[in-house]
Amino acid sequence: MKAYNIIDHEYDVVVLGAGGSGLRAAVGLSEAGLKTACISKVFPTRSHTSAAQGGISAALGNMGEDDWRWHMYDTVKGADWLGDQDSIEYLCKEAPKAVLELEKYGVPFSRTDEGKIYQRPFGGMTKNYGNGIVQRTCAAADRTGHAILHTLYGQALKHNTEFFIEYFALDLLMKNGECKGLIAWNLNDGTIHRFRAHTVIIATGGYGKVYYSATSAHTCTGDGNAMVLRAGLPLQDMEFVQFHPTGIYGHGTLISEGVRGEGGYLVNAKGERFMERYAPNAKDLASRDVVSRSMSIEINEGRGVGEDKDHVHLHLSHLDKSVIENRLPGITEAARLFANVDVTKDPIPVVPTVHYNMGGIPTNYKAEVLTVNGSEKTVPGLMAIGEAACVSVHGANRLGSNSLIDLVVFGRAAAKRAAELVKPGTPHEEVPESETQKCLDRFDKLRNAEGSNSTAELRLSMQKTMQSKCAVFRTEKNLKEGVDEIRKTYDGMESISVKDRSLVFNTDLVETLEFDNLIRQAVTTVDSAYHRKESRGAHAREDYPKRDDEKFMQHTLAWCDGKNTKIKYREVHKSTLTNEVQYFPPQERVY
Amino acid sequence: MVQISLPKNSEVKKGKYFKDKTGSKNLKKVNVYRWDPSTEENPRIDTYEVDMDNCPSKVLDILNKIKNEIDPTIAYRRSCAHGVCGSCAMNMGGKNGLACTTPHAEIDGDIDIYPLPHLKVKRDLIGDLDGLYKQYQSIEPWLKNNSTKQTTEIYQSKEDRAKLDGAYECIMCACCSTSCPSYWWNGDKYLGPAVLLQAYRWIVDSRDEERKARLKKVADELKLYRCHTILNCTNACPKGLNPAKAIAEIKKMLAMTNL
Repeated sequence: MKAYNIIDHEYDVVVLGAGGSGLRAAVGLSEAGLKTACISKVFPTRSHTSAAQGGISAALGNMGEDDWRWHMYDTVKGADWLGDQDSIEYLCKEAPKAVLELEKYGVPFSRTDEGKIYQRPFGGMTKNYGNGIVQRTCAAADRTGHAILHTLYGQALKHNTEFFIEYFALDLLMKNGECKGLIAWNLNDGTIHRFRAHTVIIATGGYGKVYYSATSAHTCTGDGNAMVLRAGLPLQDMEFVQFHPTGIYGHGTLISEGVRGEGGYLVNAKGERFMERYAPNAKDLASRDVVSRSMSIEINEGRGVGEDKDHVHLHLSHLDKSVIENRLPGITEAARLFANVDVTKDPIPVVPTVHYNMGGIPTNYKAEVLTVNGSEKTVPGLMAIGEAACVSVHGANRLGSNSLIDLVVFGRAAAKRAAELVKPGTPHEEVPESETQKCLDRFDKLRNAEGSNSTAELRLSMQKTMQSKCAVFRTEKNLKEGVDEIRKTYDGMESISVKDRSLVFNTDLVETLEFDNLIRQAVTTVDSAYHRKESRGAHAREDYPKRDDEKFMQHTLAWCDGKNTKIKYREVHKSTLTNEVQYFPPQERVY
Repeated sequence: MVQISLPKNSEVKKGKYFKDKTGSKNLKKVNVYRWDPSTEENPRIDTYEVDMDNCPSKVLDILNKIKNEIDPTIAYRRSCAHGVCGSCAMNMGGKNGLACTTPHAEIDGDIDIYPLPHLKVKRDLIGDLDGLYKQYQSIEPWLKNNSTKQTTEIYQSKEDRAKLDGAYECIMCACCSTSCPSYWWNGDKYLGPAVLLQAYRWIVDSRDEERKARLKKVADELKLYRCHTILNCTNACPKGLNPAKAIAEIKKMLAMTNL
């Protein structure tokens, strides 16, 4: 192996990722006086938080009575009882504080007549434990994620956060089951950097790009998840992949649930508002898994629109022009650019599209990473937040607008916990060179790969497999095919080809490293799905149509060493954090 | 007469030609600026014949097609692919824009793709925006309000909030600043339209208590008044914003405020 020149750094804490959760954590860490580095493969405001549209949930009660306990109930039910209720309690109770904090940071929220933060209805958000719709989702028009991300970046600048931008993280440095830092490749000049840290906080987002059609950005490759797998730690609940009901047909661009929140509705080829049949009360504002399944049934039964009857229509032309102009300007632009539709006149063609990963790195509500070794244990030195983490607050299905609040609540929680655990300036332990060698061996092998399979071909093969074998509806048969097919793609890595040998902005190698990350997550996703023989939230098994609380009210834990996986289960936390609220026992889930 | 000469390595050479291998009848020639700092070579223009029958509608789709099917070594930034992250700003057919929202059908003849003008190039289509980001930090893009300790929100009327429309939507793609001749000449001192639009966004935020200090900070011959109302910025903005107007508003406020 060619020797790489390594540049060493020492920090109290390293945050990997500079989206909503990573930035919020970095701000908190700087406030706590910890020497913090924030590493990102893209400039912070390019992170995928910028694509979040509809809003951020919090029981502020600005638009009628609300209570964080109602929010908690909705989240538990939305999660189909797979969420840990202690974490959900923490999320919903902290949410109002976190939104007010964002407002103080300068987020340009839309306003009510009284000048308060505007809140809109969203799927699954109800009042009084499922009795009627509540307006809980705080919005900055339909650009809430963009507004929050830019504001948080401003706060990080205010706190002089040390950024390492356009650094691609390769692997964690582990010693005796503890995390001691990480290694990253600086794309700007091709140097390798080794960061020692007492705590590493992974905030690398989701891995939507394992699928062919996703609202996710090209950069949503779950790099942190894969680093965790390579460190010999498990990922949790990977089978739960959210299909957003309204991605633009043929392109995958997100059309916010806020459209339905503001009164838009879905229609099939017969002109029927079909959601009335599937969710008589909530209708188009049922939770996302329910709406996506209903759309798929309509399409499968021949009531889809278009030449191939393979999508449905989202109507909003009946809405007041001022509502469209003031509250939905972003999706108006997206529909024009990507569907060639004037939303004031015509419906938007939409189809369920991969959008969010409920699964990820298992953590507790303090953002500490968990593993199971006999019993539940934390992994010293390692935390995870945001979409990369599985806290688990979203369980088997996330409610719309619960992801942005997850970012800031747990970003803040991670900073708080790290400040308790790490004394600023504590000296660093030596880490065996073998960790660095192992990481650079993989890097160098891929950099010099001379096989015959291009990264783009292998990626496409993975994406097509996942799209056809691990989609909205799943069966034993197609999952088994998926389990086998995805391994064939994995084997294709043996003969992968990288044409670019340079080190400065070698995006051929970046995409290959990203593919190496993606394929491991694809394997764990389809394997986890294969082993869960029940239907719950976003995991709908046609051969096991019922939820099975006796066997499967458990989190899946999947270890993955290349293409070999090991599946275990961990009990769902069945208690709340405090006695301010009671545990919500499982019920039948109807909307 | 003054003789102006460019450094030797800045001359752009003719590069490689990638002939179509699909046998398509519907080909388009795509000329892409290439430069790799790790070689001693001059920048060059590589030409790719691209099968347009199997290519979606945007310029980014062409680049992805080239990278996936013809030449994986081509380097460019891209992320969200729907015009919200600002990564894929570049110069296409002589105009700045986002590759992910620019339809290639709008470009007649061969398609020329270059990095954003007048930036140092890091590689191929990847420009160096570090200077612009530092200028962004210099305008202190965070809310300054002493009531930050209170537990209730700061109220803002709908009318006051509406003043932020047209400014907060900026995605910092730099299409505007890199289309501005003043910024080309004085980019080290002139803040340029992107950063001034953000300065304006905080100046007009009714919740901010440092309006005067913010105005004072930009009231500078070079930082602000290098704007000569050329309006390239407004033409270039892929989000339909009007940085030139924001700059004019700042100048107007300065004329009417006793600092």
